Order: sequence, then C-alpha cells, then structure tokens
Amino acid sequence: MEFDKELDARGLNCPLPILRCKKALNDCTSGQVLKVVSTDPGSVKDFAAFAKQTGNELLASSEAGSEYTFFIKKK
Amino acid sequence: MDDQKKMAIIATKGTLDWAYPPFILASTAAALGYETQIFFTFYGLQMLRKDLSGLKVSPLGNPGMPMKMPFGPKWFRGINWNMPNAIQSLVPGYESVATVLMKQTIKNNGVASIPELRELCQEAEVKFIACQMTVELFGFDHSDFIDGVEYGGAATFFEFAGETDICLYI
Repeated sequence: MEFDKELDARGLNCPLPILRCKKALNDCTSGQVLKVVSTDPGSVKDFAAFAKQTGNELLASSEAGSEYTFFIKKK
Repeated sequence: MDDQKKMAIIATKGTLDWAYPPFILASTAAALGYETQIFFTFYGLQMLRKDLSGLKVSPLGNPGMPMKMPFGPKWFRGINWNMPNAIQSLVPGYESVATVLMKQTIKNNGVASIPELRELCQEAEVKFIACQMTVELFGFDHSDFIDGVEYGGAATFFEFAGETDICLYI
C-alpha cells in the first residue's frame, strides 16, 4: 500500500505507539497516509480504537511475525 | 469547541508505579481529542516536582508486586524474589534497590519513563492543577514544581469536573 509518511514504533509499549502516531499525524495533511510499524500486541486493538475515536481512517491492519503494520489516513 | 469530550483525573498517589495511570490515561485522552485535566492532591503532588527522583516503588506491604530481575538469562529473570515484610523492612535501601530494578524493567519493556510521559502530557496541553491546600500542608513551595502548573482548590476542580465525560480518582 502507498503511504506518505512512516513511523517506526517498534520496541515501544502502550501508550507510546498511539502518542507517536498522533504526533506524526499532526505533521500530515488531510488525506495523507501514515504507515506505522509496531511490536506491541496491544496496539492492534488500540489503533482500531484510536481511528474510531479520532475519525482518522484505518485503511489496513496486518500482522507478520511479531510486527504489526497499520495504514492510517488522516481525516 | 463545545462538543469536545472532557476527562478529569484526581491523582493522589506519590509512588513511581502509581504515577503511571494518570499520565498514561491523560496523554492518551489528549491524543484522542479529549480536553484533559489532572488535579494533583496529597501525595500526587510528588508527580509535579521538578525533581522526580523521589518517586519510588515499594514492595513492602505490596503482595501484588512481583520482584523479578531485569537482567540475566531467562530462567533467572523468571524467579520471583518476594521476601517477607519483616525482612524487607530491616534491609536498608531495599526500596531504592527495588526502584532501580523497576526502572530497568520499565526501560527493557519499552515503557515510557514518568518524566517522558509528563512531558507528553504537557505538549498535548493537559492541564495540571495542584491542590494549594496540600502544597501548604506538606510545606512545598511553588518553586518545587514544574512550570505551567495552576494552583487551586476543590471548587476549581469541580468547575471542570462537572462538565466531564470521564472523571477518575487514582
């Protein structure tokens, strides 16, 4: 999937992946896509909840080994 | 913005472990778009000090706290070193050692430090209010605390808390 910015949140634990994501989205313009890679198993539910509550769209959420990848489109 | 969600937290604990919930929840709430305020009272004032080295964790009288080593091979890390309260209380520096080990465990797990979380809260414009009554009760001075803290009493807290969607006592 194409994306405009990438955030490496590997090794970080709750709530840092979400906080870093929020910060990264602040630097994006509306419609841009942010890719986030995380190793926190809790982030799967957290990113879905973050998207739902903030109105930013979670385009995709996938898991490969112990890494989780999210694509979020800024509102 | 009138339809913005709001959250208020009363932070009353002054230990390293209990400094986490208020700062984690407040920073996350802010990231989710909540207008957030923390009211620090009694021992919670410790979390606002410029010098946070006073935040310690105590295994004494805390049966829920696993005492595990943050280094060494896996089998060694798995051992729980819980000791009877009577022994803990007699060993000088037991709390300090437990705190050093806890901070290492926190780091190993990619969990943010308290100074980092507090800064993230401030960056996200979480409002910090210190209870003026307990500031005086404990003999603190405003210069003991970080910049950006407001000082007020119970009525100040209610002014915001009365309009919140979520209100927590920690």
